This record gives sequence, C-alpha cells and structure tokens, in this order.
Amino acid sequence: MNEQTPLSREERVKNLKGIGSERKRVEDARFTQGKGNYVDDINLPGMLFGDFVRSPYGHARIISIDKEAALAVPGVVAVLTAEDLKPLNLHYMPTLAGDVQAVLADEKVLFQNQEVAFVIAEDRYIAADAVELVEVDYEELPALTDAFRALDEDAPLLREDIKDKMEGAHGPRKHHNHIFLWEEGDKDGAEKALSDAEVVAEELITYQRVHPCPLETCGCVASMDKINGKLTIWGTFQAPHAVRTVASLITNIAEHNIRIVSPDIGGGFGNKVGVYPGYICAAVASIVTGVPVKWVEDRMENLTSTAFARDYHMTGKIAATKDGKITGLWCHVLADHGAFDACADPTKFPAGFFHIVTGSYDIPVAYVGVDGVYTNKAPGGVAYRCSFRVTEAAYLIERMIEILAHKLDMDPVELRMKNFIRKDQFPYQSALGWEYDSGDYHTAMEKGMAAVEYDALRREQAENRAAFDRGETRKLMGIGTAFFTEIVGAGPVKNCDILGLGMFDSCEIRIHPTGSAIARLGTISQGQGHATTFAQILATEIGIPAEDITLEEGDTDTAPYGLGTYGSRSTPVAGAATAMAGRKIRAKAQMIAAYLLEVHEGDLEWDVDRFQIKGNPEAHKTMKELAFASYNQAIPGLEPGLEAVSYYDPPNMTYPFGAYFCVLDVDVDTGEVDIRRFYALDDCGTRINPMIIEGQVHGGLTEALAIAMGQHITYDEGGNVHGGSLMDFYLPTAVETPVWETDFTTTPSPHHPIGAKGVGESPNVGGVPAFSNAVHDAFAHKGLTHTQMPHDHWRVWQTAQKLGLTA
Amino acid sequence: MSKMHVKMMVNGKEVEGLAEPRTLLIHFLRENQQLTGPHIGCDTGHCGACTVDMDGKSIKSCMTFVGQSNGKSVTTIEGIAHPDGTLHALQEAFRQHHGLQCGFCTPGMITRAHRLLQENPAPTEEEVRYGISGNLCRCTGYQNIVKAIMVAADMLNAQEAAE
Amino acid sequence: MIPGSFDYHRPQSVSEAVGMLAEMGEDAIIVAGGHSLIPMMKLRMALPEHLIDIQDIADIKGITVSGRDVTIGAMVTQAELIASEEIYSVCPILRETALQIADPQIRNVGTVGGNVANGDPGNDMPALMQALDATFLLAGSTGGREVKAREFYQSAFFTAREEGEILTALKFTAPPAGHGHSYMKQKRKIGDYATAAAAVILTLNGGAVETASIALTNVADTPLYAEQAAAALVGSSLDDASIKTAINAAKAITDPALDGRGPKEFRTHIAGIMVERAIRAAAANAA
Repeated sequence: MNEQTPLSREERVKNLKGIGSERKRVEDARFTQGKGNYVDDINLPGMLFGDFVRSPYGHARIISIDKEAALAVPGVVAVLTAEDLKPLNLHYMPTLAGDVQAVLADEKVLFQNQEVAFVIAEDRYIAADAVELVEVDYEELPALTDAFRALDEDAPLLREDIKDKMEGAHGPRKHHNHIFLWEEGDKDGAEKALSDAEVVAEELITYQRVHPCPLETCGCVASMDKINGKLTIWGTFQAPHAVRTVASLITNIAEHNIRIVSPDIGGGFGNKVGVYPGYICAAVASIVTGVPVKWVEDRMENLTSTAFARDYHMTGKIAATKDGKITGLWCHVLADHGAFDACADPTKFPAGFFHIVTGSYDIPVAYVGVDGVYTNKAPGGVAYRCSFRVTEAAYLIERMIEILAHKLDMDPVELRMKNFIRKDQFPYQSALGWEYDSGDYHTAMEKGMAAVEYDALRREQAENRAAFDRGETRKLMGIGTAFFTEIVGAGPVKNCDILGLGMFDSCEIRIHPTGSAIARLGTISQGQGHATTFAQILATEIGIPAEDITLEEGDTDTAPYGLGTYGSRSTPVAGAATAMAGRKIRAKAQMIAAYLLEVHEGDLEWDVDRFQIKGNPEAHKTMKELAFASYNQAIPGLEPGLEAVSYYDPPNMTYPFGAYFCVLDVDVDTGEVDIRRFYALDDCGTRINPMIIEGQVHGGLTEALAIAMGQHITYDEGGNVHGGSLMDFYLPTAVETPVWETDFTTTPSPHHPIGAKGVGESPNVGGVPAFSNAVHDAFAHKGLTHTQMPHDHWRVWQTAQKLGLTA
Repeated sequence: MSKMHVKMMVNGKEVEGLAEPRTLLIHFLRENQQLTGPHIGCDTGHCGACTVDMDGKSIKSCMTFVGQSNGKSVTTIEGIAHPDGTLHALQEAFRQHHGLQCGFCTPGMITRAHRLLQENPAPTEEEVRYGISGNLCRCTGYQNIVKAIMVAADMLNAQEAAE
Repeated sequence: MIPGSFDYHRPQSVSEAVGMLAEMGEDAIIVAGGHSLIPMMKLRMALPEHLIDIQDIADIKGITVSGRDVTIGAMVTQAELIASEEIYSVCPILRETALQIADPQIRNVGTVGGNVANGDPGNDMPALMQALDATFLLAGSTGGREVKAREFYQSAFFTAREEGEILTALKFTAPPAGHGHSYMKQKRKIGDYATAAAAVILTLNGGAVETASIALTNVADTPLYAEQAAAALVGSSLDDASIKTAINAAKAITDPALDGRGPKEFRTHIAGIMVERAIRAAAANAA
C-alpha cells in the first residue's frame, strides 16, 4: 500500500471490511479444495474403531449378552457392555436436562436402536463384522409410543432406574412416565379471560418429530496419552468447553488434563450439542487401551438415536373480542421426550423458551403448562434451529392467529396488525415474563406486504377460488403469513446455565507488534462463518483490517471458556464479548496514543482506524502504529503488549423478528404443493455480513420447507422407528427448493454493544408457520381450521377429500 | 478374507494397493489414499457427498466397490484445481457467491458441477438444479450454489471464447 | 453400512458368467450397476459370498435399432439410454422414463438390465417394458430363453429368472411412428420411487384409439399391465366416459404396499390420476 497517498475515510472504512461488509469467507479456501478437517478425516497412528450393537426392540429386557463370537474375530480388541462401564460408574451419564441416560443399556432397552454394546476393532470393517456376531438375548416388553397414553394408569413402566424417584430435576413427577410439569404465567387469569371472552378459538396443534440431520453425522476421536495423563477428544461438539467440564466430572480426570477440540463441523443445527454414548465409549476405550479410538455413526444411527427435534402436542386457546383484540392465551403442551430427558435446554427451562408463545402480540394475560413424558423413543427434543422450543411456540401462536382470524372472518394480516406490540411499547414486558428488547413490527409487516403486493394476491386468490368452484381449475392458491418474534442469545447468567455453567461467552484478543491480530472465542462455527464475521466486528472496533485478524475457536486448550454455538447465541453473546474486548484494546491504545502524541486522553478522538487529536486530524496514530508502540515503548503506568479478554454476561436475551409470506398452489387431486413464491423479511438488528445473513436465511427456509412439507420420524405400536434413513426422511434437493426472496429491516438491540441480535434460527422459526399457514389458507374458505403437519401429498389430498373437493 | 489387487488412476496419478473386495471406493480414497475431500453423509446413496468423477462420469463412490473401479480413472475434489495450483472457476465462484457454509457437501457438489459443466457448458438454472439433484445440502438452500455454478459457467465460456 | 465379505469376479463373457453362477450357486449374485444391490449389501440384507461383476462383457452392452426393432443390452446405463438419439427417434418414452429415475450419478451407473431384472416393485422400467410388450433374453447353463416382460414378474424381488440365469438383453418393437406416449410419475421428491406411475402408449386413427397399452409402477408387489384399462380406450375417441372406465379398471387391479408415501387408498387414487394424465399427455403428442 502506498503510504504516501492518504486514503479517504471512505476507503479506510472499506479496507477494514468491518461490520456491514459482504466480506468473502476465509473458510472457503480449504473447503472448496477438499482440505477441510472434519472428525472422520482424523487418522492417528494405532487408531482403533468403535461401532455399536443396537437394540432391535423398542422396549425389552436384556437377558444375556454373549461376546464370544465377536471377540474371536481377528482384529477385535474388546467388546464393552454396561457391565464393563459399571465399575467406572459410566454406564449412565448425566443429561443436560437433569436426567440420566444409559450409555450402554443396563438390563433393559428403551428405544429401538439404543446402544447395547460397543465393539472396538482395528478397522471399521472388522468392527462391523463383530457387531453382527454379538448375541443379545431379549425379552420383549410392550412398547409405549403414543405420548397420549404415557400417563395412563396402566401404561407400561419404562424407567425402572428411577421408578422410586417421585421428585425429578424440575419438580414432582406425577406418574412413572412423567418427567416434569413446567408452568409459567397466570393460569387463573388466562382461564378467566377465556370464560369472559366473546370469542374463543381452540385447537390441538402437533409439531411432529423431526431431526436436524446435518450432512456430517456425529463422531469423535478419543486419545488418551497414558504417559502424560492427558485425554484429548476431537469431536462434533457445538459446546466444547461444556463437554470438557462434563468429561472431567464423569471421568475424574482433572480438567486441565482434558483437551476437547471441535475441528471443522459439517453442520450442527443442534444435533451436536449433547453428549452421546459414542463419545463416552470411545473415551473409555482409549483410556483402557491407551491408543486413539474413533467412533463415527452412520446416517441411520444418527436419525434414530441422536437428538431429535420437536414432538410437541400443543393445545392452544385464544380469547378475543369479536373485533379481534386478543384478551388472553392459554396453552398446554404434552411433550414427548423419548426414553431419557436429554433435552439440550438451559437448566432452569425444561421446556426451553416456549413461553415466548405470546409471540409478536400484545396479550395481557397468558398461561403455559408443559407436561414432559417418557416414551419408547430416542431421546432429545431440543434441536434443529429451534432456539430452545421457540420453533414450537412460534408455530402454535402463528397457527392460532390464523385459526382465530378464520373464526372472526377477518384477514389474518389485519388481525396481526391489530394485535402487534407497538413500537412505543418497547422494551415490552410480556405476560409470560420476557422483556422484549426492541421491535418495529408494523414497519416490517407493511414493508413485506408491499413487497409481495399482498392485496393483489388476495384479489388473485378470490379469482382462483371462483374459478375452482366453476370447475376451471383443480388448483387452490394459498397465501401464508408468519410474523414471528423469537428469543435468542442465551443468556444472562442469573437464569441461564448449562449444567451449572453460566451462559456467558468470551473473546480473547492479542495484537501482534506489526499490527495483525489473533482472536479466540468460546463459540464454534459449524458453517456460520465465524472466522469471517467476528473478525469483521473486531475490524470495526479496533481499526485493523479483518484480513489481518485470525479468528480461532474450538480448542479448549487455547480458547477462552464459552458455552458454544446453538440457539443463535454466538452473535448476541460472543459477538458482544468480541466488541467489548475490542473496546478494551482501543482503551489501552488510546492511552498509548495520548502518551505518544503528548496529549491528554480526552483530547483524542477515534476515527475508523486511528486516534487523532481533536481539531487536528493530521496528528494521529493508527492502530497499527500503536500496536508496535505497545511492544516498543516504556509507558509509565502501562504494561507492555496489547491484548484483552472479555467474558460477557448479557443483560437480556435478544428478540429478532420477521415477516414471511408464502404463496403456493395446491393440486387437490394429487396433494402436490407448488411453492410459487417465498418472501422473508428478517430483522436481526445490526447486520454484520449481509451475504452470510442471506445464506443463513436460505438454509433455514429450506429446513422449514422440509419440516412443513414432508419430514416425519414415527414409531409404530411395536416400537419400530420409521423414516430413519434418507430413503424416506425428506430432504429436498435443488429441484424442490424454491428461490428465496430475502429482505430486511434493522431495529438494533438497545442492550447489545453493536446492536446485533442473531439470525441463524429465525428462518426455521418463521418458515414452518409460513408454509403451514399457506397450505391451510388454500383450504380456509372451504372450512378447514387445522390439519397436522407434515403437509405431504397424501395428507393434503386427505384434507381435500374430507372437504369434499376431490373427484 | 483375502485382499485383491487394486490399481487405478486417481487425480492423474497411478495408484496401487491391496484391499478387501468389499472395500467401498469412498473408503479406499479416504483411508487408503488419504484423500479426505469426498465425504460420507448417508448409508443409502442419497446424499451425494461422496461424488467423484470416474471415467468422465459423476458417480457415487459409496456405492462402488474397489474391484468395480479397477483400471479406471478417478478424479476427486483434490484434482479439480489446476495443476499449477490456481483454483478452478467453480472453486472461485463458490467463494465469491457464498456457495458453501459448513463445507461438507462442497467437494461432492463441486466435483459434480465440474462434470455437469462439461456435459452442458451453458445450462439454464433449471438444468443446474436438475443436474445437482443427486447432491444434498443442508446449509445453503442451494440458491447460492446454483448461482455459483451459473457464474462459473459464464467464466469458463468467456475463457473459452478468449482462447 | 459396511457390507459382508465376498470374493470378487469379473467374467469376460456371458458363458463365463453363467459358468460361475452354476459353480457358486446361491452364494453368488450378479452385479451390474450395483445401485440396487450395493445398498442392500451395505445394510447386510444381501450377503453374497461371491460377487460377479458383468461390466466387462461386451455382448451385453450396446443398443441396436433396426427399423422399429430395438435391442438394448442389459448393461446399457440409464444415461446411455437417455443419450441415445436412435432410441429417442423411434421410442421417446424410454428417455422420458429414464429421466425420471433416481439422479444423475445413479443414472450414470444404473443399468436398464438391472432395473428390469431385480424385481423391485419400485423400479420404473418394468412397467414400461410391459407397456411395450418387451421380451427379456436370459442366458443360463442350459442355453438361452426368452420371457415376456408381461410374464416375468411374480412378486416383490421374485421373477421368472432362474438361479443361474443372467438377463443379457431386452428387445421390443417400437410402436408405429406417430404414437402417443407418456410416463407420468408422482413422487415425493425428484429421484424417489413412484407414489404411483403410469406408462401409456397409444396410437390414433382418425380421432379414435387404434391401440393402447397401459402399465403401472409401484402400486402392487409387481408392475401391473393394465390390460382391461387399455381395452377400455380402444375404439374410443378418448371421451371422458372411456377414460373414466380405463381409470377405474386400472385402479381396480392395484394393491399398493403401505409405506411413507401414504395409505393404500391414496396410492390407488394417485394411480388413477397418473393414468388419466398420461392418457391425456399421450393423446396430445400422438400424431
């Protein structure tokens, strides 16, 4: 760069590629050349491979396990069962939800494909052969797969291990299959609002069991160095530090002797937050053998045994005046948690942040009650861009609004606008205890309506409906709206913790003498581009070009403690820590500049990448110059060097919101749905990298499409799981996926250092109700109030058939 | 089980090895040849993360045994960049247009796109979407992937015209 | 997802392959493209001790079109079928159908022979071959024989092919020039097996249907040749009543499996819709 010609201020800002820049990603160089480093790419000398024997039954007693034939296979090193883990007290592990989960089934199995034995062999082919040879004798028991029967008096007993525990982690248990009852709000008040109401709409709305299905499955390589006493585990961990702490607690290896590394991760979506039996078994195997042990699951194992998502049966009751003013909301949820409560929720919230369910609406009184139950299904529940059950809550309220609109014969957008929290009401205290930070819903909705020409769409729909009734077309047009407010950025330490670890996050920065820098965070990207975007935050804060900032995450030996990446928390929490650490750097740099320029600190002002004397900009010191000075000058009262760390405890959550519109056409004879148009307006506050935000929205909307239109993992009466492979689990290709139109408004968060809210999960939160509402809207004029997802061909056709529309 | 002799061209180099006949080509490439670019994303041949180019055709290497590949010429993502190390137009375009996020589908996707553009140098958007229907992505929603492929097509055609 | 062990063989001729099958018996399975077999092997639902790879056998490759007589070697891939202008000029329904099978990678490797021979009710080619009244050529240790596609399928994965026989080719006479054709397939997403599919081939003469042939995919444990349905169209002007009769006759012979695609009632209904739309499409492109 030619130092002689001074750059304009605009050029200096542009060179930084800071906040707002569509900076290209630094990660792409390695990924596009096949030089990523994912768990299954790791190959260490002497490495063994582990594979599971899994239960074919949904509920059964284990009578015996015979390892003889498996152990006789050349190359098989060991076969672990619960008996082998008992002396280490590792046959059960604590879950994030205050329950315990079997690492290897002890005496009984509780879901089909549950882990029963772990074979360790010289390579994965031998391990697979040995798995087939382990003989397990089962006595089948009746399976419970209908959540609505879980609390029946004669329901089978599932959890014999806790059958005498009538007090769970979240309060009293009223039945052997009951996990918790969680309540929030004013039950009496809500019930009174309902009984006083002029209009009440009520519906049972099920959000079906689905699965995040990241393209890379879960896995790890555990390596115990017996000489140094150090355990290293590379793995698909969205929360590496938390995993380290948990690993220390359950293995009794001191935490400084455990190193957890999250390398490149091929998609997380919440599937990779919790600890799985495979990680524990691989670690135990390595501790025992002293060599590295790799475990990588296959796709069917991933879909049928790792953290599923949703499975919420929600009853919503909404009270309103006949003019459409909502006066109260009452919700009850029957939450199917599977065989163990392994929900990845903050400790105090067994139903996550479901109580965001009043959504974007000013509802004076509300009540939520959630009953969690056990069934013979895989454990999990919180995953898949859900922001801790926000997807479920948003689906409920956005469906209830449409159902209420239908009942009132009112346009659903008009009904929303009538009940929106107004801009002047922020910060807004919701009836369920949240303080929404900022929002401008009317502006966003109006912008969206104008962009899609909403009124013209409704006119077109009226013509389509008339044409259909005249027999001129067999297609029905649907217009779906979703206006979601979600809650992310967990969270304030006073009420958000994961297993007692407060949900702060961190950033540590070190500036080098020649003016470039390295920063490390407590989060871990699984595709969100942190190495690119967090450098942008820093670039703006400290005036060093993003290109000159290396950003690292995921190695617990070097990264400052953080709670990881999920629930869209990285930008709100670690992003804030990054800004705060940057400001500490700048504060010290200001002192150095004052010393060098021989003025008082107060005489300096910051301008893009330098401190200059107020009124005399020619007298300045760039951050680059100050960096060198920090290593070179002996400044009274200041330590040498230029580094800072910030651990950020957010004062509140953040509340992104958005207006989504979906236009589709339903073929009533085939049940096929053709997405004509999808418009998504997101408000995530300050937009750090618009290109990356757009990418997140595209991806989340595609997940939402899949959920709304076809994904479903089901269990039959015999306890058999269906939809657990890509043969049937619906993942749209580029052909089914429509073109996404993205738009935005910007309402910064008042409490966040750079006003950013987070956006990764919003498209799944808002997308599913938009699609679902559109399908419902296509049939609304024929009397449809609610039909359950997914809206696959046969269900849509059945709806048409029930309404008398099919030939 | 006795092993068989495996001999094929991989990324322009002749490779030989011994492997069990049941060894899947994806494992031979990833473990025997340490080419960890192509990935495994499913068990049933649906995701396309394992896509390589074999004798001028895109194939799924997770559904191919080494014996079937004997004597053939395979190109993986590691062989897509130019011999002098400069990136192929597709790799550049994916970076310019945010055609990847977690990167896991990317090797298979680019390898497939590379062959697609040889089969059809100026595809329409619809043809691109149909052409990559054997490659799943969970992160991008495909939109920027399609854009990147169309841009790369333009870049390659412009280069071709210039020559 | 790791298959069991096997010995691998690559015969160079049909007789060598047949000889291997005779020697190894039920311990051996033929692999053509492998994209039906290998997934089964990875699930350990197929556990051959011997895998006989027939990709080197020259005699079972290639497409011959002589006048309107078409012979397709068993090892011809779906991609080669799609690319064949020769076939497209006499019988475009083959390309139309092949384009709807699986995805580009699988079409590059999956063979027509494999698609018709393994008896998977989800495969698309069998119904098409029945609609075309194709003949399958089999080679065994006692010599060669021919079996009509309409008589080849017994139940899911059970066909008239004897253990020890290899399907080497299929042949048919393309319908006359100007015939109408359609392969109408509803699926959950591109590349999926059919929720229901219908192959319709017809010829018109002065506005009336002279010949018609209808077959259905994936609505029973075999492909279904809908003889009565086709008969209902012959002689008609494709009036609504005749089409309705054809649809009902087609629906009447369905017996779909129960899977994620929907209840039986739905599958049968869709079969009817596919038949209707295929008839209309075939009528539209008939000369």
